[in-house]
Amino acid sequence: MALQSLDIKQRSATTTATPSVRQTVEVAKLIDVTTCIGCKACQAACMEWNDIRDEIGTCSGVYDNPTDLTENSWTVMRFAEVEEAGKLEWLIRKDGCMHCADPGCLKACPSPGAIIQYSNGIVDFHEENCIGCGYCITGCPFNVPRISKKDGKAYKCTLCSDRVAVGQAPACVKACPTGALHFGAKEDMQDYAASRIIDLKSRGYDQAGLYDPPGVGGTHVMYVLHHADRPGLYSGLPKDPSISPLVSLWKGFAKPLATVAMAAVALGSLFHYVTKGPNEVSKQLEDELEKEDAP
Amino acid sequence: MTNHWVDIKNADLIIVMGGNAAEAHPCGFKWVIEAKKTRKAKLIVVDPRFTRSASVADFYAPLRPGTDIAFLGGVINYLLSNDKIHHEYVKTYTNAAFLIDEGFSFDEGFFSGYSAEKRSYGKDTWKYQLDKDGYAKLDETLQSPHCVFQLMKKHYSRYTPELVSKVTGTPKDQFLTICGMMAETALPTKTMTICYALGWTQHSVGTQNIRTMAMIQLLLGNMGMAGGGINALRGHSNVQGITDMCLYSDNLPGYIAAPTDADADYKTYLEKRTPKALRPGQMNFPQNFPKWHTSLMKAWYGAAATEKNDYAYDWLPKKDGAYDVLAIFDRMHQGKMNGFICQGFNPLAAVSNKKKVGDALAKLKYLVIIDPLVTDTSEFWKDFGEFNQADPARIQTEVFRLPCNLFAEETGSYTNSGRVVQWHWQAAEGPGESKGDTEIVATLFQKLKQMYAKEGGKLPEPILNLTWPYRIPNKPSAEELLMEISGKALADVYDPKDKTKVIVKAGEQLAGFIQLRDDGSTACGNWIYSGCWSQAGNLSARRDNSDPSGLGQTLNWGYAWPANRRILYNRASCDPAGKPWDPQRSVIKWLGDKWGGNDIPDMRPDAKPEEGVMPFIMTQEGVARLFAPALADGPFPEHYEPFETPLDKNPFHPNNAKATSNPVARVFKGDMEVFGKAKDFPYVATTYRLTEHYHYWTKHVAINSVLQPEQFIEIGEELAKEKGIKAGERVKVSSNRGHIKAVAVVTKRIKALDVDGKKVHTVGIPLHWGFKGVAKPGYITNTLTPSVGDANVQTPEFKAFLVNIEKA
Amino acid sequence: MIRNPKDLTRYTPQERVNHWLGGICFILLALSGLAFFHPAFWPLTQLFGGGVWARILHPFIGVLMAGSFLSLFLRFRSLNVMTPADKEWLSRAGEMLDGKDHNLPEQGKYNGGQKLMFWALAIGMLLLLITGIVLWRAYFNLPVDVVRFAAVIHAAAAAVLIAVVMVHIYAAIWVKGTMRAMWYGTVTRAWAKQHHRAWYRQVTGK
Repeated sequence: MALQSLDIKQRSATTTATPSVRQTVEVAKLIDVTTCIGCKACQAACMEWNDIRDEIGTCSGVYDNPTDLTENSWTVMRFAEVEEAGKLEWLIRKDGCMHCADPGCLKACPSPGAIIQYSNGIVDFHEENCIGCGYCITGCPFNVPRISKKDGKAYKCTLCSDRVAVGQAPACVKACPTGALHFGAKEDMQDYAASRIIDLKSRGYDQAGLYDPPGVGGTHVMYVLHHADRPGLYSGLPKDPSISPLVSLWKGFAKPLATVAMAAVALGSLFHYVTKGPNEVSKQLEDELEKEDAP
Repeated sequence: MTNHWVDIKNADLIIVMGGNAAEAHPCGFKWVIEAKKTRKAKLIVVDPRFTRSASVADFYAPLRPGTDIAFLGGVINYLLSNDKIHHEYVKTYTNAAFLIDEGFSFDEGFFSGYSAEKRSYGKDTWKYQLDKDGYAKLDETLQSPHCVFQLMKKHYSRYTPELVSKVTGTPKDQFLTICGMMAETALPTKTMTICYALGWTQHSVGTQNIRTMAMIQLLLGNMGMAGGGINALRGHSNVQGITDMCLYSDNLPGYIAAPTDADADYKTYLEKRTPKALRPGQMNFPQNFPKWHTSLMKAWYGAAATEKNDYAYDWLPKKDGAYDVLAIFDRMHQGKMNGFICQGFNPLAAVSNKKKVGDALAKLKYLVIIDPLVTDTSEFWKDFGEFNQADPARIQTEVFRLPCNLFAEETGSYTNSGRVVQWHWQAAEGPGESKGDTEIVATLFQKLKQMYAKEGGKLPEPILNLTWPYRIPNKPSAEELLMEISGKALADVYDPKDKTKVIVKAGEQLAGFIQLRDDGSTACGNWIYSGCWSQAGNLSARRDNSDPSGLGQTLNWGYAWPANRRILYNRASCDPAGKPWDPQRSVIKWLGDKWGGNDIPDMRPDAKPEEGVMPFIMTQEGVARLFAPALADGPFPEHYEPFETPLDKNPFHPNNAKATSNPVARVFKGDMEVFGKAKDFPYVATTYRLTEHYHYWTKHVAINSVLQPEQFIEIGEELAKEKGIKAGERVKVSSNRGHIKAVAVVTKRIKALDVDGKKVHTVGIPLHWGFKGVAKPGYITNTLTPSVGDANVQTPEFKAFLVNIEKA
Repeated sequence: MIRNPKDLTRYTPQERVNHWLGGICFILLALSGLAFFHPAFWPLTQLFGGGVWARILHPFIGVLMAGSFLSLFLRFRSLNVMTPADKEWLSRAGEMLDGKDHNLPEQGKYNGGQKLMFWALAIGMLLLLITGIVLWRAYFNLPVDVVRFAAVIHAAAAAVLIAVVMVHIYAAIWVKGTMRAMWYGTVTRAWAKQHHRAWYRQVTGK
C-alpha cells in the first residue's frame, strides 16, 4: 500500500528543499477514546516491538503506570476521573507523540537529520544524529520527547515507522483488543471518525468530535473525543496547541535576522577599515615624546 | 456461555454485571464494542465500582457487593408487574404453566422442607404435580396459584424498587432506568446478552445469582437467540476445557455425575442418573446417560470393562463426602491428608483464608508442585517477612517442584468460554528440565503401575487395568489424547433404525455422541467432545473464519461442543411453528423437512414443529425451568446477605436471623468463628483482577509489572476523607482473618451507598500480588477472605466480606 | 622582554591571562553556539568532535567563561564607571569612527565606547549564564515555558555579544598599537597620550 513510503518531507536543521516530487498518502493513527478501555495493551505492545522496558515503579495512588512518558515509555494511558452534574466519567487517553504536520520538535532541532518528517506524515527521531540538546522538548506543544539518561538522546513514539515501511500497522494498533486504535490513510481515518461521531451524538454526546488541531497543521495521531469542545478534560490535552511563539521567534525569524546582523557588523568593520584606514598614533605625538626623551 | 464471544455483537443490549469484561476479558470485549458500533447496542454496567467496563458504558449503576439477587429479583418483579415479558416464549418454552406440589411454600426466608440442624432442604414439596402417566400437570392459563408463573410472581412481588434500593444501595431511579432498558428486549426482535464472571459465582449465593439472570433471560425470550443467552466469561484461557474434563470431583468428564457412597451398585447408579421425560414427546436427552458412561468406561478400561463386570463400575472411586477446594483444605487443616499434588494451581494465593491454607500445607508430609514458575505456594514454608511469616525449622512438609511447560511450549487444545475447542501448536521447547504436564503425570502413573504390579496393594485393578495405548507410554501425545476424548468405535456400530447397516466401522473415529452405545461397542473419553476428532480429522484445528450469515457463526473454525453447536437452545430462537422470532438474526429454522440454518440445530433434526418437541432438550420437561428444584438453596433464587454483612439482618427477612445469610451454605467448624462483625469491620470489601495482570502469574513478568508494579487498594473519596487517607499513602486493610498493607488509590469511582438507612463504603482489593515475582512484593489478598462457599458448588465467597481500613 | 623601558604597562600578566581565557572561551562558545543556532554554522561542530561533543562541551565552557569573566569584571569594574566625559565622548562617537578624534574629550584608561562594551558584556554574560543553566538539559529540568523563554534570551544575548565582541576585536585591530597591550601588556606613551590622555597623565604624572 501507498502508506509504506518513507520519502522524506522535512529534515531538521536543513534549509534546502527535500525531494518532493513524489506525492504519497498521508497516514494517521486514530485513537477512539470513546471505545478505549484503558487496558494498556498498547503500552505492552510498544515495549515489546520497540524493545524498551521501563523501570518497575511504584503505585502513586492512581491507575497510571508508568506515570509519565519516558525514554522507555513512548506511550502511556492517562486516566482522568471527571464528575459533572452527578455523572461520573472515567476518561482514559492514550498519550504519546501526535506526529504534527508542523512539528515543533523538528523546527527546534539544531542537528541536521536528527528529526525527520516522512511524506506520509510520520515524525521520526533518528537518534544516531541526535546531539541531546533537548530543543525538541522545547519545541513540542504536547510535551512528548524525553531525553534518555543512559545515552543522552531524545526518544518518542516513531508511529512504528519500521512497521509502516513494510505495510504493517503500528504495534499498538495491532494489539488494541477493542479496536479503539485504527491506522490507515489520514483521509480514511477522518471518514471513520465521522461515523463514530455520529454514533456518539446519537448517544447524547453533543460535543463529540475529532481532535486534529489546526494550530500544528493537523496531526497524524488523532483522537475521537466525547467532549471535543473540552480536550482539557482528558488529562490536559491542549485545546488549541501550536508551536510556542517563543520557539517560532527563536527558530524562525530570529535565525536569519541575527545571522545577517552579525554578518553586517563584521562586514561593516571591514568596510570601515578599508574606507577610513587604520587609526595610527599621530607622528606628531611620537616626535614630541622622542624630543622629550632626548638627553 | 450458552452463546459465544462473537455472538455478543448481535445483541441490542449488553449487561455487564458480576464481571468486568473490559478489565478481565479485554479481547472478548471487542464484541461488545462491535455491537455498540454496528448495532447501536447499549451497554449497561452494574458493579460496586465504576470499572473500566463502566468507562465505555451507556449507563452505570452501583450496587453493594453481594446483593445481585435483590437487584435482579427486582427486575423480575418489574417485568412481571409491568407485563414486559415475551408471553408466547414464557408460556411455551418454560415451566411457567407447570403446577407445583401444593405443599410448596416460602416463609420468612425458608422454602418448605428446611432443616436447620442439617442446614439443608428436604425437597419433597419442590416438585411438579404429576398426572397418572407420570407427566407434569400444566395450567396453560397461568392462573393457578400453584403454577410456577404465579408462584414466581408472588415470590418476587416482595422485590419492590424501594426494597431493592434499600438493600442494594442502587438509587431507585437508576434501578428503574435499567429495568426499563432490559424490558425493551422482551420484543421478539430485541435481544439482551449478559456477560458475567466471578463477580457472580464467588458468593455464598453464586449459583442463584446466575439463575436469577437466567430467569430474566427466559422471561424476555432471550435464550437461544443470537445476541442473547447467559454468558459466563471464563477467567483462564482454558478453564472451560478443564471444567469440561472434570475439574470438580462431583463429576466425571462431560459433567457425568460421579458415583458416591450412596450408589452401591451400577444399576442404582445408572437408574438415579437416567431421567424419565416429564412431558410427552420430549427428547429428554440425558436418557442417553448409560451410553455416555459406558463409553467413558470403555475409553478408560478398554477390554477390561465388560458387561459382566458392570463396565468396571466397581473400580471407580465412590465419593464419601465433599472434595471441593474448601473441603480439601479443611481436611488438610485437620491433619487428615499426607500429600498434595498441586498442578497448575497456587492455592496459597488463590484459596480463601491464606492463613488456614498455609497452616494446612504445613501439616502435609509432602507437597508436589507442578508448575512452570516458582509459586507462592511452593515457597509457603519460607519466611518473606511481613508478606509471609513462616518458620522453616518448624515446617516438616517436603516440597517437590516439578517444572512443567508453559502453554506455548506444548501442543494441545483450548476450549474457550464459548465452548469452542481450538487446537494450538507448540511454538518453542520448554527451558531446562521442564516437561509437559502429561509427561509428568504419565511418568508418575507408569511408576505407580509398576509398584502396584510388583507389590500389589489393596485394590490394584483400577491402576493395572487402565487402558494406556499411547505410542510412548511416558509421553502420551496431545493428538492421541484428543482422539481418545472424541471417541472411536471398538466394534462395528449399527444404525438403530436398520440393524444391518454399519454406520461406523470398528476402529474408526466417531462422528459425534449420537453414535455412542451402551453395549461396549464405543469408547469416548468425554461425550460432549465427541466428534471433535472424527474420521475427517482434527476438527479443532480448523481455521476457516468464513461467516456466511454475518452473525459470527463460523462453523468451520475449531469445533464447539456439543456437536459443533455455537448457540445452545437455538430451537428457542424460533416460534413454536419453527419460524425465527427475528428473521434478521435467524440462527436456525424449520426448512419444511428438517431443521437447519446458520447453526447446528439444538433439536432432533427431523422433529416437526407440530410434534411439540420443546427446545430445552437437556431437561426432562423439554422446557426451561423458572422453578428449579435441583438447586440446594431453593427453586427460586432469594436474596441472602453475604456471610459477612454490614447489616444486622436480612432486610427481606428482618424477623428471621437464621435467614440472614444463605441458610444451606456449608460452613466448616472453625470458619464460622472467624467471620467478622460489622462493628469491628465496618466496610464491605470485594476482590478482583486488573487488566494489567493475569491472576498470580504475571507478577513474574517484567512488562506486566511495569504496567502495574505495586499492590494497591481502592477507596472512595468520602471514606478517604473520613480516615484522613491520601492517594498514594500506605494503608492497612484487615479482616477477622488477617491483614494486608497496600498503597491507597483514592477514587471517585467508588461511592458510599445508602443501604437500609446506613452509609456503606466499599473497599476494592485487586488480587495480583504476592511475595514471589518481579513486581514489588505484596500481601496475598486472600489473607482477608472468608472460607465459605456457594451452597451448590462451594465456590468461595471472595466478592463480599468485611474489613477495616486504617493508615499503615 | 621590555623593548622600550619607557613604554607604559597597560595590563598585568594576570589580567592578560584572564582576558585570553575568557576570550578563548567566548570564541569556542560562539562557534559551537552558532552551530546550534543556524544550520549554516552546523559544520562548526566538527571543531569540537561533532554535534554531541559540541553539545556536551558548550555549557562547561560557558561556566568557565562565566568564571573568568567574573574575575575580569571584578578587576575592571571600578575603571568602567561612566562619567559625564564618557557620555559626551559617546555622543560624539561618530567623530571617532570617522577618524577625527582630535577634538574629543580626554579619556581615562577606557573611553566611553569601551565602558559601554564592558557593561554590555557584563549584562550579556549574566543573561547567558542564567539562561544557559536553564537550557542545560543534562542537569536541569525546568518548566518548558521557562526553557523556551530562556532559549530566546540566550540566543539574543549571544547574538548581541558576538556583535559586540566583533566590534571589540575590530577596534583593537583598527587602533594600531592596541593589540600589544593584550599580547605583552605594554603600550607606547604616544599611543596612550593619543587615545587615553587622562590615563597617560595619571601614569606618567605629566
